[in-house]
Amino acid sequence: MGLVHEIDFGTPASKSEKQVTLIVDGFEVTVPEGTSIMRASMEAGIEIPKLCATDMVDAFGSCRLCLVEIEGRNGTPSSCTTPVMPGMVVHTQTGRLKDIRKGVMELYISDHPLDCLTCAANGDCELQDMAGAVGLRDVRYGYEGDNHVRAKNDGAENFKWMAKDESNPYFTYDPSKCIVCSRCVRACEEVQGTFALTIEGRGFDSRVSPGVHELFLDSECVSCGACVQACPTATLTEKSVIEIGQPEHSVVTTCAYCGVGCSFKAEMRGEELVRMVPWKDGKANRGHSCVKGRFAYGYATHKERILNPMIREKITDPWREVSWEEAIEYTTKEFRRIQYQYGRGAVGGITSSRCTNEETFLVQKLIRQGFGNNNVDTCARVCHSPTGYGLGQTYGTSAGTQDFDSVEDTDVALIIGANPASAHPVFASRLKKRLRAGAKLIVIDPRRTEMVKSAHILAEHHLALKPGTNVAVVTALAHVIVTEGLFNETFIRERCDWSEFQDYAEFVSDPRHSPEEVEKLSGVPAETIRGAARLYATGGNGAIYYGLGVTEHSQGSTTVIGIANLAMLTGNIGRKGVGVNPLRGQNNVQGACDMGSFPHELPGYRHISGDAVRDIYDSLWGVKLDNEPGLRIPNMLDAAVDGTFKGIYIQGEDILQSDPDTKHVSAGLEAMECVVVQDLFLNETANYAHVFLPGSTFLEKDGTFTNAERRINRVRKVMTPKNGYADWEVTQKLAQAMGLNWNYKHPSEIMDEVAKTTPSFANVSYDFLEKMGSVQWPCNEKAPEGTPIMHIDGFVRGKGKFIRTEYVATDEKTGPRFPLLLTTGRILSQYNVGAQTRRTENVAWHAEDLLEIHPHDAENRGLRDGDWVRLQSRAGETTLRAQITDKVSPGVVYTTFHHPDTQANVITTDFSDWATNCPEYKVTAVQVGASNGPSEWQKGYNEQAQQSRRIAGHLEAAE
Amino acid sequence: MSHEEHKMGTKEKLVYMANQIATFFETKPHDEGVAGVAKHINDFWDPRMRRQFFEMFDEGGKGMKPLVIEAAATIRRPRQDAA
Repeated sequence: MGLVHEIDFGTPASKSEKQVTLIVDGFEVTVPEGTSIMRASMEAGIEIPKLCATDMVDAFGSCRLCLVEIEGRNGTPSSCTTPVMPGMVVHTQTGRLKDIRKGVMELYISDHPLDCLTCAANGDCELQDMAGAVGLRDVRYGYEGDNHVRAKNDGAENFKWMAKDESNPYFTYDPSKCIVCSRCVRACEEVQGTFALTIEGRGFDSRVSPGVHELFLDSECVSCGACVQACPTATLTEKSVIEIGQPEHSVVTTCAYCGVGCSFKAEMRGEELVRMVPWKDGKANRGHSCVKGRFAYGYATHKERILNPMIREKITDPWREVSWEEAIEYTTKEFRRIQYQYGRGAVGGITSSRCTNEETFLVQKLIRQGFGNNNVDTCARVCHSPTGYGLGQTYGTSAGTQDFDSVEDTDVALIIGANPASAHPVFASRLKKRLRAGAKLIVIDPRRTEMVKSAHILAEHHLALKPGTNVAVVTALAHVIVTEGLFNETFIRERCDWSEFQDYAEFVSDPRHSPEEVEKLSGVPAETIRGAARLYATGGNGAIYYGLGVTEHSQGSTTVIGIANLAMLTGNIGRKGVGVNPLRGQNNVQGACDMGSFPHELPGYRHISGDAVRDIYDSLWGVKLDNEPGLRIPNMLDAAVDGTFKGIYIQGEDILQSDPDTKHVSAGLEAMECVVVQDLFLNETANYAHVFLPGSTFLEKDGTFTNAERRINRVRKVMTPKNGYADWEVTQKLAQAMGLNWNYKHPSEIMDEVAKTTPSFANVSYDFLEKMGSVQWPCNEKAPEGTPIMHIDGFVRGKGKFIRTEYVATDEKTGPRFPLLLTTGRILSQYNVGAQTRRTENVAWHAEDLLEIHPHDAENRGLRDGDWVRLQSRAGETTLRAQITDKVSPGVVYTTFHHPDTQANVITTDFSDWATNCPEYKVTAVQVGASNGPSEWQKGYNEQAQQSRRIAGHLEAAE
Repeated sequence: MSHEEHKMGTKEKLVYMANQIATFFETKPHDEGVAGVAKHINDFWDPRMRRQFFEMFDEGGKGMKPLVIEAAATIRRPRQDAA
C-alpha cells in the first residue's frame, strides 16, 4: 500500500492563464506566469534544495539553500522568490551553488542536535534530507560555542537553550531543533489566519514564540496543526508520532466532524492510526485542517466505547451483554409485536448525519420497506430543515449553491447566524485569507464573534441584532436594496418571475420594513442596516454564508426565503464568488437529507405522494410504499406521549441531549416500549433504551459523506471495526431478520442502488469517485462530472421565486420573570453534543459549558466571573458557571451545549419553525441568578444516568 | 425521575402549528394562502396528526385561524387504515 506521497512544489501555484516557457537544466518547461523558478523546476521533476519554502505558504527566501544561477543575470538569486521569465535559462546545480549550499548547511547543522537516530522526525526530516542532498560530510565550525542545543555549556547554564513546550495535548515544541525557517509562523498567518506565532529576537537570538513568549496552550493558538505540518524538522511534532513512530502506509479519507468535509490522509502503522494529515488535493480543505479533524480522533479507541450488544427489558434494569444474534432477534420481535399490537405506524427510526450516505439510505429503506411506514427523520430536523424548505421553494433545490473554492472570488461576504471560526474552522480560514486580500465582510449575529473582530479581521458592518429578529433585519436589507434602486433588474427579468418580484418589491417597500422601523425591533441602528445593504448590493461578488442562527427559529424557513430573495435581488447567483451557502453542521447532514431521511420525501427530495417516484422503489423493493408522510422527530415524541408511537430505531443520534425541551424528549422516550440505540457510547438517549447496538467509527468502514457544498467524498476503512460490524452491516442484519432480502456485500453496491433510483446521483459510483476524487451532485447526464456551482443558466425550478417575508415575533417573549434572551452556539474545540470530543484531549480547551453574560447584566445580579449561576426558563432550569464578557449585548446571554452535565436543552422550549418544526434553539427567555451548585434536576438526572448505565457483570457503570 | 407536564398538549400544539403555517400564508393573496396552508399540511403532516386535527375541526375548530378553517376543506382526511 505505502504512503500517499504528495509533491511539495515549494511555492503556491499561480492562477495566471498566461503561459511562460523557460529552460531549467536543459529541459524546456511551460508554466503559468508568476510561477517561481523553484516550482517550475519541480514541475519539470527537478527538486531544488530548500528549507524555508513549502507550497502551503508564500515564498520567503530566508534559508539561502534554493539558490540558482540564471544566464545573463548576476549573482545567485533564490529560486523560491524569483518568478519565471520567458526564455530564461536556469541552472540549478553548479560548482558555485554546491559550495554555497554546503556552507549554508554547515551553519545550520553546527547549531542542531545530532540525535537523528532517536529523533521523532527520523525518516521524515527535511533538514536530514537536505544534509544528504548537498553532500554535507563534516562541519568545520565544530559544535562547541554559542548554541541553542544544550541546556548547559561546560557545566554553565546556557541561556539560549529553551525547554521543550509540551503544553499542547497533541504536539510538542522543541526549540533546540528549530532552524528558524518561519514556516510555522507563516502557516499560522497565511493558512490558518490566527497569527498566534511570531519570531522574537534578532539574528542568532531569533526564536519561534507562541504569543508573547507563552506556552502554546496559553497562547492564541487554536491547534489547527498547520504549523506542525509546515515544520521541516522535529521542532513541532505530533505526540502520537513521538510515541508510535513514523507511519508506513496511508489512506485518503474524509473527516467525520463538521459539514466542511475535509480530506485527510490517515497515516497508519498496521491498524494503528499514527496521525491524520490534511490532504492537499482535498477540494473542500485544500490541505488545511482544524483541531478536531487533525487531532481529535482518540474517541475511536476510548475505553468507554461499547463493543458488545446489550439488551434489557426495563430501562431501570442494568444492561445485559448479549450476542449480536440475540440483540437482533430481540429487536425484530419487539418491533413486530409493537406493530401487531399498536398498528403499523407505531414504530419509526432516525437516521444519522454522522453515518455514511450508504448507512443512512439503508435505515430509511428499512423503515419504508420493512416497517411499512414513513416514520423516518434525521438530525437535520433540528438544524437545517428550514434550508431545505426555503431554498426548495425559492430556487428548486435543497442545498447550497457554491463550492468552497468560490470564496476565493468573493468581494463581499455576508455571514448570518454563523460563527465559522468556531464551527466551520477550515472554511473560516479560507474566508479570512480572502478578507486579508481585501474582500469586505458583513456579520449579522447577536454576539461579537471572532468573525467580527480578530487578528487582521474587522467586519465592515456588524448587525448585533436581538435574537429572534432575523426576518425583520433581512427584510429591511431588501427594503434598502429595492427603495434605493440597488437591485439588478437585468438578472431579475431574465431569471426570476417578474410579477412575483413586483409583488415582493411592493411588500418590502412598505415603511414598516424600513431600517428605521426595524431598528426599534432589532436594536440594530438604521444606518448600519443601510450600510450593509448598500455594500452587499454594490460591492461586487456578494456571497451569503449562514448557519443555525438563521434556521433554528420560529421563522427559520422565512429567513432562508429572505436570504434567497436577497441573492436574487442583487443577481448574486449562478457564478463564482456569489451564492447562498448554508454552513452544514454535521459531516453528513447534507447526505442524510439527500438520502431520503425526511418523512415526506424519498431520496433526491422527491415527495412521497408522487406515484411515479414510489413506483421506482415499489418495483425494485417488491413492496407497496405508504403514500402518506410520516412523523417528524418532534411529532414522534408527541405521539409517544399520546401512546400511539412505541418503538424507535436510532442510529448515531443523541436526541435526549441535542433536541430541545429535554423533559419532553425524556417523557416521549420513557413512554416507548422499545428504544434501540446504535452508537459508539452509552449516550444520553441510551439512558432510555432497551437495546444498545454498538456502532463503528468512520475509520472502520467504507462509504461516502456529502459535505455542505454537495460534494460526495469517499470514506475509507483503515481498521477493522472494534465492535465487529460496520453500521450498514448492522442495519442489514436487522432487515434480514425482518425477512427482507438484502444482500449487500459492500457499500459500493448500496451507492449503485442510490444512483440507479435517484436522478441527481445517476453518474455516481465508487469507480467514478476513485477516478474523480470527489464529485458534487447533481451528477448525471446533464452534468457528467458534477456541479460545482448551481443555477448557472437558470434556477432548477425554472424561474426564481420571490416570496413575501413578513416578520412575526416569536411567542417566546421576555418579561419580568424571564428578562434575558438566551441564545446557544458552539466553540471550536468541541463538537455538537460532545460525545466524541469530550472523549479526547480537546477538553484541555473547554472542560465545561459557560454562560456568557454582559458585565451590566452580571452586575445587576451581583455575579462575578466564574460564579455558579442558575439559568431558568419557562421549560426548566440548570446551573453552570458564568463568564462575564461584552461579546454579548446587554439583555442577551449565550452558552454552548457540548456537555451533558449542563443540559442546556433543559432550558430551551418546544417552539419551532412554522414550516419544518425545526426547534427554536436560538431564542429562550431566561432569568439568571446566583447559585450554590448543580440544581435538583441535574442531580436527579445524573443519578438516573448512572443507574441506567450499569452493565451486569461490570463493576462500575461506564460513562 | 419524574417529568412535569409540558406546556402544550399534542392537540393544542397542532392548532398552534396550523396557525403558525397560516400566519406565513396570510401574506399571500387569499386563495393562494388557503391552498398554501392545505398543501403544507397535506405534504408534511402524517395521518394521525391530520386525524387529530379533524377531530378538533369537527368539534368547531376552537382557536384555529380563519385561514386554517378555510383550508380544512382541501386538507386530506386520513384513510381509516392509515398509520
